[in-house]
Amino acid sequence: MDFELILKSMPDLFRASLLTFELMGLSMVVGLTMAIPLALMRNSRNRWLMVPSFGYIFFFRGTPLLVQMFLVYYGLSQFASIRASLLWPVLRDPYWCAIIAFTLNTAAYTGEILRGAIKAVPHGQIEAAYSVGMSRFLLFWRIIGPQGLILALPGYTNEVILLLKGTALASTITMMEITGITRKIIAETYKPLELFLLAACIYIVITIVLTRLSNLVEYHFTAHRRPQESVISS
Amino acid sequence: MQESQKMINLYGFGAFIAAGTWMTIKLVLSILLFGLIVGLVGAGAKLSRFRTLQALAETFTTIVRGIPELILILGIYFGGTVLLNNLLAPLGYGGYLEINPFVAGVVALGTAYGAYATDVFRVSILSVPKGQIEAARAVGMQSFPIFRRILLPQLWRVALPALGNLFLVSQKDSALISVIGLGEIMRASSFAVRYTQKPFTFYLVAAFIYLGLATVTTVTILLVERRSYRGIRRA
Repeated sequence: MDFELILKSMPDLFRASLLTFELMGLSMVVGLTMAIPLALMRNSRNRWLMVPSFGYIFFFRGTPLLVQMFLVYYGLSQFASIRASLLWPVLRDPYWCAIIAFTLNTAAYTGEILRGAIKAVPHGQIEAAYSVGMSRFLLFWRIIGPQGLILALPGYTNEVILLLKGTALASTITMMEITGITRKIIAETYKPLELFLLAACIYIVITIVLTRLSNLVEYHFTAHRRPQESVISS
Repeated sequence: MQESQKMINLYGFGAFIAAGTWMTIKLVLSILLFGLIVGLVGAGAKLSRFRTLQALAETFTTIVRGIPELILILGIYFGGTVLLNNLLAPLGYGGYLEINPFVAGVVALGTAYGAYATDVFRVSILSVPKGQIEAARAVGMQSFPIFRRILLPQLWRVALPALGNLFLVSQKDSALISVIGLGEIMRASSFAVRYTQKPFTFYLVAAFIYLGLATVTTVTILLVERRSYRGIRRA
């Protein structure tokens, strides 16, 4: 074990983890925003809304993330019209291609999680809301939204961790995030054991922090499910 | 040749991609087998009386779940090769050994599968009423017959849906093994892309092969699940 190399590589890897967070954070935010309409469409009784979202979710959940990323990064260059378009500077940049692929991917998984959560809100509550004359928007904003989000939280935390692990794939299209830097240092020093162990530790620490964070959020928003302490202790 | 004809035999790479698909199938079945064994051993450790075994299994699942599959594959392939040669050098072995990418991939993704399957098995073993195991002990059954004849037929009913989902995840993750040079679907597609300059066509073909495999798996799981409910009254 070359501990000196591990210590020396740490600053580089910490800097690289900023890029990992950036890839993860941007994809998470945009993916979640896309997932809400996807979930609503998937639950809709209108076939023109349901079928496209079903197809989208089926494709992105059924194919490997690596294929999706290669389709965006290498695949799009096959079309002359795309190479000539205004978007080309964005679509040939591995940074944006990785973010596009991660976003499309996580939107599909998150959409499916939210769909389940929305369905789990008891039907009686929705009927009650309609019977007091709530509009569909208000119903979603006050009844389905807040409860659905809490129900979706454990599943969504899992998805965020999968996304974190997925960002490692960006290294295959030359991005220098944690895995990319790790592979670069290995190519220079040929010490794979030390560096993969170090990278694994960084990912594990991030995963543990994310899990703790999610537990805190869940605890905060489920006060109504906890027994009231003052009542019990008195 | 007409452009449409070229599309049908995939510019002459059809058989090549088919060979890659066969490789992926062999790969994922090996991952499943390896993963199920890891999962059963893990669940046994988590449910054992020994605190050390419990703690070991707990650490194992937490750690493996937190590591990206790509790091596991690269780490076992490159790290394993270095480790193997470091171990062999003092024994007087002069040559250089390299781990087979198939084996490295199966060990890496099988371990990942096993880490998730550990908790699936743990929960489903707990779902079998304890009295049955006590009764089996009382009539003098040994541990292995208890597992095979009492636990297994009942726990697989509970475990199947989750194990099936995990298998679908492994199928998709198997694409990552292309990174260490194994000629499965992704590697074969990338090879075809290099010769034809048609990346979108070939990666889309790869995507549809994975979708096809996932569909076959999903249907198989449903059939096996139905079989597992033979003789069970359902509400």
